[in-house]
Amino acid sequence: MTQYLILIYADEAAWAGATPDENAQLLKEHAEFGQRHESVIRGGNALQSAATATSIRPGPADGSTVTDGPFAETKEALGGYYLIEAADLDEALAVAKQVPTRFGGVEVRPVWDMT
Amino acid sequence: MTAHPAVAAAVADAHRREWAFVLAATVRVTRDLDLAEECVQDAYARALGTWGSTGIPGRPGAWLTTVARRRGLDLLRRDATARRVLPLLVTDPALAPGTGLADDGPGACALIGPASSAGPASSAGPASSASSAGPASSAAASSASSARPAGTAEAQIPDDRLRLVFTCCHPTLSNDAQVALALRLLCGLSTAEVARAFLVSEKTMAARITRAKKKIAAARIPYRVPPVAELPERVDAVLTVVHLLYSTGYAAPAGDELMRTDLAERSLDLARMLHGLLAGDHEVTGLLALILLTDARRDARVDGAGRLVLLSEQDRARWDTAKIAEGAALVREALGTGPPGRFALMAAIAAVHDEAPSFADTDWAQIVGLYDVLMRRWPSPVVALNRAVAVGFADGPGAGLTDLDALAESPELAGYGYLSASRADFLRRLGRTDEARLAYQEALLLTENAAERAFLAARLDQLGP
Repeated sequence: MTQYLILIYADEAAWAGATPDENAQLLKEHAEFGQRHESVIRGGNALQSAATATSIRPGPADGSTVTDGPFAETKEALGGYYLIEAADLDEALAVAKQVPTRFGGVEVRPVWDMT
Repeated sequence: MTAHPAVAAAVADAHRREWAFVLAATVRVTRDLDLAEECVQDAYARALGTWGSTGIPGRPGAWLTTVARRRGLDLLRRDATARRVLPLLVTDPALAPGTGLADDGPGACALIGPASSAGPASSAGPASSASSAGPASSAAASSASSARPAGTAEAQIPDDRLRLVFTCCHPTLSNDAQVALALRLLCGLSTAEVARAFLVSEKTMAARITRAKKKIAAARIPYRVPPVAELPERVDAVLTVVHLLYSTGYAAPAGDELMRTDLAERSLDLARMLHGLLAGDHEVTGLLALILLTDARRDARVDGAGRLVLLSEQDRARWDTAKIAEGAALVREALGTGPPGRFALMAAIAAVHDEAPSFADTDWAQIVGLYDVLMRRWPSPVVALNRAVAVGFADGPGAGLTDLDALAESPELAGYGYLSASRADFLRRLGRTDEARLAYQEALLLTENAAERAFLAARLDQLGP
């Protein structure tokens, strides 16, 4: 079995404009997704908006530089993730296609097996 | 040592016919594409040296597979840890080497068509001698000379070509990567040959192929035939790759020659192979028919000087009647039952052209009708463009131009040279010379193919100043 990280990207501006009903619906869809795929989900969280992010880059010299904001500025920001386990990419994609993605989409990445 | 010409010819023939079979069966043992390719290349090299003294085996594919698999097992054992840079390919658990190579897993058996030339399509038996971890396979140096078709054991080499096909054409790979992998892994072209086919540097192509293989291994694209429920979509992805290959060969986007005959031939080989493996699939039949019916006109498409000859001016006596007959029979089969697929429809259109005694006698109304059905089945701006051209011949250039102009706003056709070239032709026939001149000039800016450029420049010249 291989672990895959499903990264959920969303347009934060669109999300911020969602009504309370729409947000409740999205939460409900995630809860349903979590139940349906309980046996393969190994973890997952929603993240606070990119406006709350802090980035750290090495330098100057041996120190580090801390900046306000996400590592890379993009229209669609990382908004959450699921960690799942699957036999192969086809299986992982079958699960990933069911992640609720009202304001964006997902990216599926295999986790590097270090064992 | 130089191989005897008959041996060299037999090896070359086996390379063309059996490469995919040998590689696919070897991948099952190595579960590593690079290692399998290395072993298969090695087996072909050994054949050149060995067949001269042992004679050409009755079933070259089986001989090559045995040698390649034995070499693979040997290298894996010798080098078990160093090779684990990338994870092994995912196959059905029952197929892992050493566990008795039970044949194709669920969903696969039912799909495999008639036996291939190289061996029985499926066998229920246990491991072949090449894949059992017996002492014979450790003697790498002597393995080639000791590899003989061993009767029953050889008969059990499974036909894994479909697995290889579906892995190469997995929808999570880019089209560029799918096409490159198909040429490399299914047709056995070298990276340099694939690079030449697509007019990119060998370095670029090597990087593209390496990246695709890395994704297959690291993201775990499975080495298997997809389940029946996913099959139509996955077969369509495979057919799209073969069709793209043919289209690239049919009208090369750049270069000196109009056609890349090598690519056209390779795609015909692949279509034939798929038709052998998935004989019941009407779209597979349709694609083979389409390629045959289009390729039948190949020799008439250029004149002695390499100049492009339009369908309207082609010498129909130079069309390949054998290909037309074979293609026409396949079209009827592909259209036989159920709603027609896109390739069957495109093949039907090609058949109407091929069976017309002359350009003037072409049944344009039927062609427009077929394009209408195709548009419903497969709406695309390029199909709409072809339909508009057919309308121009069915109802006159004015009607065709009206339909073409309706497509001018389509973003997918922005920069598509055939739209400008078609407009230019209709405008010329309507006597609207100034507009025709502009359209030809635009079309010239949009193709890098030397034969097409020469054709457009000649038409522009004929319009006068």
